[in-house]
Amino acid sequence: MADRLHVGTRKGLFELARGPGGWDIVDAHFLGDPVSAVLAGEDGSLLAALDLGHFGAKLWRRDAAGAWSELAAPAFPPKPEDATDDPHPWTLGRIWSLQPGGVPGRIWAGSMPGGLFRSDDGGTTWQLNEPLWRMPDRKRWMGVAGGEQPGISAVLVDPGNPDRLRLGVSTAGVWATDDGGDSWSVINHGMRNNYMPPGQEGDPIAQDIHQMAQCAAHPEILWCQHHNGVFRSEDAGANWREVTAIRPSNFGFAVVAHPRDPGTAWFVPADKDERRYAPAGRVVVARTRNGGASFEVLDRGLPQRHAYDLVWRHALAVDATGERLAFGSTSGGLWVSEDGGDGWSAPEARLPPVACVRFADAWAGA
Amino acid sequence: MATVHFTRALERFLDAPSATVEGATLGEALAAVFAGRPVLRGYVLDDQGALRRHVAVFINGSLVRDRERLTDPVGRDDEIHVFQALSGG
Repeated sequence: MADRLHVGTRKGLFELARGPGGWDIVDAHFLGDPVSAVLAGEDGSLLAALDLGHFGAKLWRRDAAGAWSELAAPAFPPKPEDATDDPHPWTLGRIWSLQPGGVPGRIWAGSMPGGLFRSDDGGTTWQLNEPLWRMPDRKRWMGVAGGEQPGISAVLVDPGNPDRLRLGVSTAGVWATDDGGDSWSVINHGMRNNYMPPGQEGDPIAQDIHQMAQCAAHPEILWCQHHNGVFRSEDAGANWREVTAIRPSNFGFAVVAHPRDPGTAWFVPADKDERRYAPAGRVVVARTRNGGASFEVLDRGLPQRHAYDLVWRHALAVDATGERLAFGSTSGGLWVSEDGGDGWSAPEARLPPVACVRFADAWAGA
Repeated sequence: MATVHFTRALERFLDAPSATVEGATLGEALAAVFAGRPVLRGYVLDDQGALRRHVAVFINGSLVRDRERLTDPVGRDDEIHVFQALSGG
């Protein structure tokens, strides 16, 4: 089980360790700066993406000996003079997801405004995936609520085939490659976007993928927390079935999948969609163990009175065993479970708004 | 030779001392600074070489006009200040 947890917030990166007395903050980095993504490496390194309001998106790496250094952040090529119909900027807005690529040294970075970058040297250098970026359909991608740019929220890498990727894009649906990124297609069918004009609700490219998660042992099983509900796919994202049993609400941002059990996933529902806080002021986690046929609403150890927390899409995490989970909220709440979500405890902290939560064994397939 | 001064807010991330450089335009003056400090470039300019949205640059106390191509003229002994445009909380 993972004994270390990283929490990226609006004002710093917090590192928690599990000791005899439970989880506690053992270190803080980049205090005062927004941290948008974090990834612990198999070699003991740590990558942290900063989203500096004035000075842009940055990438830092801590080596196994504990020394931080700044890396060259992913960058876009010069925008062609004739690209006047591209509604999105050719400049890095935010590193939104960092995902191990399944081969040594490889990392994928999903960004706003929708660029996908690959590193084959542990993050030291990055290359834009040109086929995805130069695809004409990308100009139809739409901005994320709260930001004006589309964002790649999820980069799912098939544990058995590093050339097989599924991207969850907010807002542009699910994009697939089976050849390492040489060619891409939008593949999702069965989702619906209620805020599109009549007749366009089912347009695959119009789907707002808040977050998408994959069962590592059964990579054809995907779960999605969509703007308009919860969906599950059994064919690696080609076809989706709505999971209507989710409760107390079908709105939310975060989802994680059990690394081995294809029937188990966790969500943190919120009041939809204009309000966006914990339903009835109670923070709960929704867990299914039967593929979405039914859900348990888990609340032991979570605040149940006047709690108006919202959990963003990267702020719920599960470790590689499926037993430990953690999530953080916009109100700075942080909770950890040791038993698959049955009970939760809160480390002693009042954190800034939490953007991302990740266990140190993320490379192991969780 | 113009002198370029950088906001002290950058000190948390990297060294950005004042520099006296050649250059007939803002773009040329900044390029001369960044030639010796390539990482600093990404803090001031975006991927397309324009001033970052929340960075403000003054030449002798006047806000620069061309934020995209950085063509504002720079004269001998000019003072260029690179500041953060304050926002947020």
